[in-house]
Amino acid sequence: MAQTKRLATRIARAVHEQGTVCLPVILIVGVFTGLVLGLQGYHVLSRFGSQGLLGTLVSLSLVREMAPVLAALMLIGQAGSAFAAELGIQRNTEQIVALETMGVNSHGYLVAPRLVAALIVFPIQTALFVILGIWGGSLSGSVLLGVDSGVYWSAVHRAVEARDLQECFMKAAAFGLLAMSICAYQGFHADRNGSAVGARAVSACTTRAVVLSSIAVLVTDYIISSFFV
Amino acid sequence: METAKHPIALHVDGLQKGFQGKSVLRGVDLEVPRGSIFSVLGPSGTGKSVFLKCLANIMQPDAGRIRFDGRELGAGNSAARDEFRRRCSFLFQSNALFDSLTALENVALPLEQTTTLGKLEILNRCRNALEQLEMEDFLHHYPAQLSGGMQKRLALARAIVTRPELVLFDEPTAGLDPLRRNAVFAMIAKYQRHFNFTALIVTHDVPEALVASDRIALLDQGRIAFVGTPAEFSSSSNPVVSLFRDSAQALGESLAEIRRHQPTP
Repeated sequence: MAQTKRLATRIARAVHEQGTVCLPVILIVGVFTGLVLGLQGYHVLSRFGSQGLLGTLVSLSLVREMAPVLAALMLIGQAGSAFAAELGIQRNTEQIVALETMGVNSHGYLVAPRLVAALIVFPIQTALFVILGIWGGSLSGSVLLGVDSGVYWSAVHRAVEARDLQECFMKAAAFGLLAMSICAYQGFHADRNGSAVGARAVSACTTRAVVLSSIAVLVTDYIISSFFV
Repeated sequence: METAKHPIALHVDGLQKGFQGKSVLRGVDLEVPRGSIFSVLGPSGTGKSVFLKCLANIMQPDAGRIRFDGRELGAGNSAARDEFRRRCSFLFQSNALFDSLTALENVALPLEQTTTLGKLEILNRCRNALEQLEMEDFLHHYPAQLSGGMQKRLALARAIVTRPELVLFDEPTAGLDPLRRNAVFAMIAKYQRHFNFTALIVTHDVPEALVASDRIALLDQGRIAFVGTPAEFSSSSNPVVSLFRDSAQALGESLAEIRRHQPTP
């Protein structure tokens, strides 16, 4: 009972760390992605006289692809890199070995709460990204470029189906689990990087964690999308 | 009911370990009596830390047997190794304190993670351990805010809070000045008597080890060259012991010689 309570506390702390650290970035990137999608989409659609489909374009682009991928990349850049660096330092300063000599399961203590937190935080941040992105699209499309607000929101409402939301959240959860696992692995094995030692090993493991996680997200995105189209 | 304890806490037979074809430990045999302070001496680079890390399961030996309280700690005996981890603590040369946790959280961590004790009981035990080591005013300080000596005491508090039967000390005085070296050995001796654990120390500080230890072993070229009491060590005619014992004196004489030849400013 006491152990379960402590695990729950560590998960809550990890959710708080990942969630609050990344929130401002998600808010800013979400709004600006929507603004740009609205702006570009309006000018492309106006060539065909289909400005009324702006809501459809913005919402489906965000829900199916842009929100899960961009939110994941932002989270990797902030929470993933911090996680890899923290583990790398803990490995370098023998803190992980110290845990193991105490009989503490270092993976269970250091990694598991962050993975569970990623399964919670990535979908929530993605949902926020979608909401802010669609709002940003309406800001540029309706307020700045003159698309009727009712038409925009009605197109959004008609375009997004349960299947799209399912794809969006499935991607977010998969990206979270995958990215944080890669970051954890890189940080945990910072000492196994042939040439680099000390601070350089930490910087090398952090760089590898971000690069490999980002590639993994894009590859996984393609695989999951291919099952939904 | 208390089970009968083996009089030899730790029994090492023919321990071997090498790296990239270079042999570091070439068959170490050692018996550490229960409740004693046992120091393993040796010059830097003779494999003292490797020996200790093999004992603590941080490294896997290439060959040899390690028995704790009569039970073998082989690679296939995970139950015995888990039990060894519960009954043994390791004090790292670098202290290996958790830098993002306070002193109190550092000490509480092994109890929180390896026992089912309640929050209050854990807090009491941690406060007690920290008070014993005169750290009660620094409960909420982070390791970086503590001096080197305090960090060492904090690491010792973390090591003893689980009430271990065996504490392994890896160069506990490395990088400390003579006064602090004395203080650390005095601290180990004091708390070993207070908590009645078996202490295995690897060090190259001869005078301090001679004063604080019940038994001394000398590790030379991957093998134990001498085992005995501090008195036997001091009077031994073993050439390896003599060479190592007198090295501090020889260093002093060399420094005096250099000073004699230096031009006066």
